[in-house]
Amino acid sequence: MSLTAFSHGPSGVSAEPAAQKKSRIVWFLLLPGLVYLVLFFITPLISLVITALKEAPPGAFIGEYVTALRWENYSEVLSLYGEHSIRSFVYAAAATLIALAIGYPLAYFIGVRLRPYPLWQSLALVLVIAPFFISFLLRTVAWKQLLADEGFIVGTMKAWSILPPDTHITGTAVSVIFGLAYNFIPFMTLPLYSSIERLDLRLLEASNDLYAGAFTSFRKITLPLTMPGIISGTLLTFIPAAGDYVNASANFLGSTSTTMIGNVIESNFLVLQNYPHAASMSLILMSAILVLVSAYVFKSGTDDLL
Amino acid sequence: MKLGKYLLPLYGILALIYLMVPIVYTIAFSFNDSNRTNIIWNGFTLNNWLNVCDAQGVCEAFGNSIVIAIASTVFATVLGTAISIALVRYKFKGRAATTLLLFMPMATPEVVLGAGLAAQFLNAGVPKGMLTVILAHIMFSISFVVVTVRARVAGIDPRLEEAGRDLYAKPSQVWWKITFPLLMPGIVSAALLAFALSFDDFIITNFNRGPVNTLPSFIYTAAARGIPAEANVLASAVFILAILAVVITQVGGEINRRRLKASA
Repeated sequence: MSLTAFSHGPSGVSAEPAAQKKSRIVWFLLLPGLVYLVLFFITPLISLVITALKEAPPGAFIGEYVTALRWENYSEVLSLYGEHSIRSFVYAAAATLIALAIGYPLAYFIGVRLRPYPLWQSLALVLVIAPFFISFLLRTVAWKQLLADEGFIVGTMKAWSILPPDTHITGTAVSVIFGLAYNFIPFMTLPLYSSIERLDLRLLEASNDLYAGAFTSFRKITLPLTMPGIISGTLLTFIPAAGDYVNASANFLGSTSTTMIGNVIESNFLVLQNYPHAASMSLILMSAILVLVSAYVFKSGTDDLL
Repeated sequence: MKLGKYLLPLYGILALIYLMVPIVYTIAFSFNDSNRTNIIWNGFTLNNWLNVCDAQGVCEAFGNSIVIAIASTVFATVLGTAISIALVRYKFKGRAATTLLLFMPMATPEVVLGAGLAAQFLNAGVPKGMLTVILAHIMFSISFVVVTVRARVAGIDPRLEEAGRDLYAKPSQVWWKITFPLLMPGIVSAALLAFALSFDDFIITNFNRGPVNTLPSFIYTAAARGIPAEANVLASAVFILAILAVVITQVGGEINRRRLKASA
């Protein structure tokens, strides 16, 4: 501020035109990106709304639909795929809980215990984001092979009689949830880390001085202060997990009995070419997610979203 | 209390090892002397690394992935950086709506983004291919660029730019000599993130690629009959380069910080 005290530049001399020029700069900066998002994010959602109401004209080819108001598409997908929707949300919720159970202590370890050692702290953070840099599909295949009946992990556990000899992991709900949790742990850990990193340790010292036990301090101080991280980590894990179709696909960690919403949308769109069903299913998933996000915005506002 | 002292570091280190397991596995199996399917360890070889294009289609898919990632990174970084500057530096109407518009693509499941774009391209009669994939990748990268660069813009001391203006620098000179160099580390990490997101994207790509293969779509299709070790080679090579880039930018930042501290 001291520098502005000696300012003799044009600032402040003609405030009016400068403000006008400024507003033109804002729109010059904002508009290209925002228009892009309207064209390639908002209009595709509108396309989904239109497509979800289309109908096949009599004698149509596969994949041929005309614009209509066929609301039955929604009731059809709900009765056909209601089970898959519930399964998706159950799997995603379970994976989110596991990711939180692994991510929170990990983020606390990096953000608090490694705080005196900046070099180790940044190394540990690189390890947390390292999975982003190697193909997500290959990592999932690696787990499939490690968890296969005769694979390294399950095979060894059977040999040591930790698991009964007829155990199957791959192709079950367990392996899909495991894969989802694994794949989204970094999305959980990073927002947790950024709120834990800001935790003022003197507050914990103070509560210790006041004879609060470790558990009470955690519940009354650490948990409320890191709640923003828990909420955004949960959203960032739950949302992609609920829409994922790679882990649940039969070539990866799932089987025909683990099909999730994502698999249904993919096969309806790309294989069966039943675009109205794929679109109405996408919108059902989207509205469930919107309910979650608006609950968050209602509680915390839009300032901390980004 | 004594137990807790060692329990948390142990848990943290185990969690990090757990995160590394499939990475190590993927890199190790790039050296596997496999013939067709790369499932069982058959002994060490460098052949996959030396003749990486031998597996049919893998290098073409890799090339497409690189082109798509570079193109979408350039556009998303420019658009996202401009938005970040506007968000931090200016007050304007519709700020909450802008924030929400930027947040929503990150909060929307990839299948919905992919199916929406595919429906739009279908309705508009645009043939799917490289271009549609690039358009899709720019869209989902913009928000991540904004998140990364915004923090950096907020960290710039506005007095530095004021000082430049006071010394009669033109607005373009203030931008190129002061603001842009200070933003550079943020822009570089945003670009790295956008590149990584695009390069590894499968779900949105699969809805909009048409007949074009990217490395992830190649792997997904190959998973039905066995993924060739050459795919592991390419993924491992990119991983090693990316980690080097991250470490170099971090070490570079640390050296810069120390130099500034020493000169202050």
